[in-house]
Amino acid sequence: MATDGDHEMADATAGAEANGTSGDFVKEKQRLRLLPGSSDTQASFAFEKEDHTLGNALRYMIMKNPDVEFCGYSIPHPSETVMNLRIQTWDNVSVMDVLKRGLSDLADLCDVVEDKFTAARDDFNDSHPDRVATK
Amino acid sequence: MPSWAPLSADQLAERQRGLTEEQLEQRRIVHVNPETVTDVSATDIPGHWGPGQDDSWNLDRFKQNLQIKFHQNKPYDAAFSLIGVDASIANAYRRVLLAEIPTLAIEDVFIFDNTTIVQDEVLCHRLGLIPLTGGYEGLRWLRWYRKPPPKDDFASQATWPYDVDENEADSATPNDHNTIVLTLKVECRWATEEEDGRDGRRLAKEGETDPNLRYVNSNIYAHQLVFEPQGEQAQYFDAENAIQPMNPDILIAKLRPGQRINLRCHCIKGIGVDHAKYSPVATASYRLLPDIKITTPILGADARKFQRCFPRGVIALAPDDAGSGEERAVVADPMKDTVSRECLRHDEFKDKVQLGRIRDHFIFSVESTGQFESDELFLDSVRLLKAKAERFKRHLDELEGGR
Repeated sequence: MATDGDHEMADATAGAEANGTSGDFVKEKQRLRLLPGSSDTQASFAFEKEDHTLGNALRYMIMKNPDVEFCGYSIPHPSETVMNLRIQTWDNVSVMDVLKRGLSDLADLCDVVEDKFTAARDDFNDSHPDRVATK
Repeated sequence: MPSWAPLSADQLAERQRGLTEEQLEQRRIVHVNPETVTDVSATDIPGHWGPGQDDSWNLDRFKQNLQIKFHQNKPYDAAFSLIGVDASIANAYRRVLLAEIPTLAIEDVFIFDNTTIVQDEVLCHRLGLIPLTGGYEGLRWLRWYRKPPPKDDFASQATWPYDVDENEADSATPNDHNTIVLTLKVECRWATEEEDGRDGRRLAKEGETDPNLRYVNSNIYAHQLVFEPQGEQAQYFDAENAIQPMNPDILIAKLRPGQRINLRCHCIKGIGVDHAKYSPVATASYRLLPDIKITTPILGADARKFQRCFPRGVIALAPDDAGSGEERAVVADPMKDTVSRECLRHDEFKDKVQLGRIRDHFIFSVESTGQFESDELFLDSVRLLKAKAERFKRHLDELEGGR
């Protein structure tokens, strides 16, 4: 469930995900802004209430996309919890698609890590009753 | 040659080919030199190694290369290796473990009586830092309580009653779904013959100075906090699932006869970003796997000296198969190494060894304070990072929808 552990998502009702479209009954504050001067192939985004945790991880995933000419993030001032992310693409590729793909790739990565971790943890617990690896 | 110089036919062919297995292994290493650290940044970005090397994101390749090996999985202390992720992802997991996993801690303390020499605010601060534990089901069931902003924060005060979420209207009032109540009611008095089997005043006159013998309740410990289940909490937090301090022997305050503490604590969920008491880990850290390459064989007395430059178990001595009959130093267990670079201080072998760290091999150590188990905490941090990504995908849809 996407609402597991996500403190900000505590406000959404449990059935909201099933609807698919962002219906009226899910009131999430919009935390993504497009900064002025952006166009279809180059844009700067402002993520509110985010910092290096998401910023660096997302920057890495977006840089892994060969269509991206430039990707960098910065935190304009440490006293304000805003993170700016700039993306420039080659060859008429839409910046929105790139960002969406970066976020999807990050989610997929987390899925893979979660599955492998659970499998490794269960294996380890089964084969080591005292929970310590013998060397 | 400058990067814009025209390439010869051989160089062009090499660029088209991509990296060899050996080169791929080499680029995984951060070099540790006597005074510098080189090759620090990851170079697995598409385009860095020319058109022949495909470094773009590939989920299947990632899945194949990812390895997770456990070294220890004690309930509140887990050590495992995460191999094949980038530093930015491993760091994101570490940061989430420290600061963004919701945890229960004492937040509001209502003091009815405090005649001790510990000031109210100091006592409350200490109470807040006590790590609590309780039934896992119940802790997940607990909802959020959004405190009203302090009266001197004018900006938040201006919007406060209106930005309370419509979907969870009762998150603005403390109720049995979002608040745990603990009470502490103690009084210190002299030990008496009838109640305690010893006469404290008589012992004091005879010269006894130990407060544990003279008085009763002179030391207030965390186990004296009493959990009072409210409403529906009784079914989630019963018997051994009750909310209690993880370590019952935490000293809260010291009292003398006549001094009393009577207070009620409200515990709510919070995250480490707000206050360190809400961090579920004592600490969560990682280090990179050290890499020791012996380029020229180190033999005999040099090998024994080389072995002593490293922690025990890192270097083992093996018989030299080149026929000299002496012992040869081999790397046995690099994980025990602390990369102190001691071997680079000695002329006998400083040119025969190359130190480094493997860039994508993270040895995590997650030490929980006791509210959740370490392996569950790491899984929570992975899920939370995914939830963040999913959330911003929704925000992006909304942003695009409006344009």
